[in-house]
Amino acid sequence: MKYFARRLFHATLLLLAVSIFSFAILQLTPGDFFAPMGLNPQISSRTIAGLRSQHDLDRPLPARYGHWLWGVLKGDLGRSFAYNSPVTRLLAVRARNTLLLTGTAMLLAWLIAIPLGMWSAVHRGKWGDRAAGVMTSGLLAIPDLVLFLVLLLAAVRTGWFPTGGMVSASFSDLNAWNKGKDLAEHLFLPALGLAIATLPTLLRHVRSAMIEVLEAPFIQAARAHGIAERRVLFRYALPVAANPLISLFGFSVGTMLSASLLVEVILSWPGIGPLLVDAILAKDVYVVIGAVMLSSILLVAGNLFADVLLFAIDPRIRVE
Amino acid sequence: MSALILLTVFQSLILFAGFFAPYDFATQDREQPFVAPTTLHFIDPQGNVHIRPCVHTLEDSGQGPEAGPTDSGLCYPVHFFVRGTSYKIAGVFVSHFHLFGVEAPGRIFLMGSDAYGRDQFSRFLFGGQISMLAGLIAAILSVSIGIVVGGIAGFYGGWVDELLMRGGELFLALPWLYLLFAVRAALPLHISQWEVFLLLVSVMGLIGWARPARLIRGVVLSAKQRNFVVAARGFGASDAYLLRRHILPQTYGVVVTQMTLLIPLYVLAEVTLTFLGLGVGEPMPSWGSLLASLQQYYVLSSYWWMFLPALLLIPLFLVFYTAADALQEIHKTVTL
Repeated sequence: MKYFARRLFHATLLLLAVSIFSFAILQLTPGDFFAPMGLNPQISSRTIAGLRSQHDLDRPLPARYGHWLWGVLKGDLGRSFAYNSPVTRLLAVRARNTLLLTGTAMLLAWLIAIPLGMWSAVHRGKWGDRAAGVMTSGLLAIPDLVLFLVLLLAAVRTGWFPTGGMVSASFSDLNAWNKGKDLAEHLFLPALGLAIATLPTLLRHVRSAMIEVLEAPFIQAARAHGIAERRVLFRYALPVAANPLISLFGFSVGTMLSASLLVEVILSWPGIGPLLVDAILAKDVYVVIGAVMLSSILLVAGNLFADVLLFAIDPRIRVE
Repeated sequence: MSALILLTVFQSLILFAGFFAPYDFATQDREQPFVAPTTLHFIDPQGNVHIRPCVHTLEDSGQGPEAGPTDSGLCYPVHFFVRGTSYKIAGVFVSHFHLFGVEAPGRIFLMGSDAYGRDQFSRFLFGGQISMLAGLIAAILSVSIGIVVGGIAGFYGGWVDELLMRGGELFLALPWLYLLFAVRAALPLHISQWEVFLLLVSVMGLIGWARPARLIRGVVLSAKQRNFVVAARGFGASDAYLLRRHILPQTYGVVVTQMTLLIPLYVLAEVTLTFLGLGVGEPMPSWGSLLASLQQYYVLSSYWWMFLPALLLIPLFLVFYTAADALQEIHKTVTL
């Protein structure tokens, strides 16, 4: 218990440091959201100064940070300049969309990686495993950017899938069944892309973890006892091999908000990614900091989650 | 081994881009936007077979821009080792020679031309210079910081070690692509292309130091307890001497492995950032800006050759990773 208290304390310190860091680099540099307005002769400099003071941009940096941090403690991440609405509300909708996409992709990737990786490990060195290995290296060499562009091209050329957005324009008129179908059609391509992009790494880890366990003496002993191969694999080998995979799982839970930036931008999925890119180009600072903080929190939480799972599953860690 | 040879071939193609590319990366031909890759003809219009290929010129079809130009039927031979626009090799030596070229007014577009009639093939080679340079400098930066921080943390231990490694954890815990964006956002948007390039590279390099630093710290930690290091210390060697002469040379294997891992990673980072409009811009080509044109729907749907640079990156990265694996194998056997 003491261990987790310490971990939690470290995580809080880490998040505090991240917030100070991103606050400082965003605020200390020249130019802000209202600077381009100065180029417009129809907007007087007094109006701009008024807008700045309305958004507290004229106050010194530590004061603004303190104000922001106090707001965060109350669950308020500041206001977006561009959308003129609270960042929390803006991020909540986008985060939901992103999580829907990454959740589906992650499920898909793990559902393929575990059986395929186990199969590869069992048939190590045979042609099937080698073919899978070549395929993994090939997939690993395809830059994510290129992969998503190929998917976009395929969608444009074949016309089988909608090429952007999350739902069709007529979404609100559809009944529940067709709503689900429409959403699934839009979700398919980005989720597939993201799953393919994460699959090779997962596959390699599952395979190597399984191979390591299958070579252990206790597996040989189990086989010598005449225990059925299937039972040896799933009942004895998999739980032991799960150890490194759980850390990996925690990490992939942690990156659920940040891993999909590219796919979201290219296949225009209305998640956090496009919002962040726009906010950065417009210097909409509180949106940027909010997005960075949210994904950092998830990353830290994901790692913590993996440790808790490991603690619960692996007796060796509990003894320490 | 064959991967290392292939890698060398690719790298020399990129390093000597000026020689292998028939045109300069910025040469425009507004008359010929979005021309499909040029076909090499071995049979001339009279039906005679030649060993030397020739290319047909295009002429206005007279049916408006929608119909596009038509084949004029006139054939201009391809020549090797021709004089053309001047370029610099490695930024120093000026040369006029190109591997191949076509007699004017013929134009050769091996990978087609882009919206401004610029040769995609030339731009791909020159773009490789920018992207590879970005990857290389950023990786050197990351690993150098890693050596300094990891060396100090591992050698001195105690609270210095604790502080530096906690700082490293901060950098590891950050969603780095987001952070890269945040830092880039903090920089002014309108500065010269070289400044953008340098900023981009330094930001990428500065963010990525934590992982190499951790690994190097581990090696230093075990290296300083080796008997010969303890003996040298006993003879009165200074800290600086110990680090330079005995401890840092042992990190060589880790440094090489980290470099081979980081270079492709940073090349990809540069490509991604430039694709999203945050990296080097026109007219400087980089692989990212070549791909960026695909964001336009009509380019993606109508001109398949605009996709060629993207597809060429796949074998390139395959060679990268295979060569990296091979290098790592070599250094594993050396260090053990």
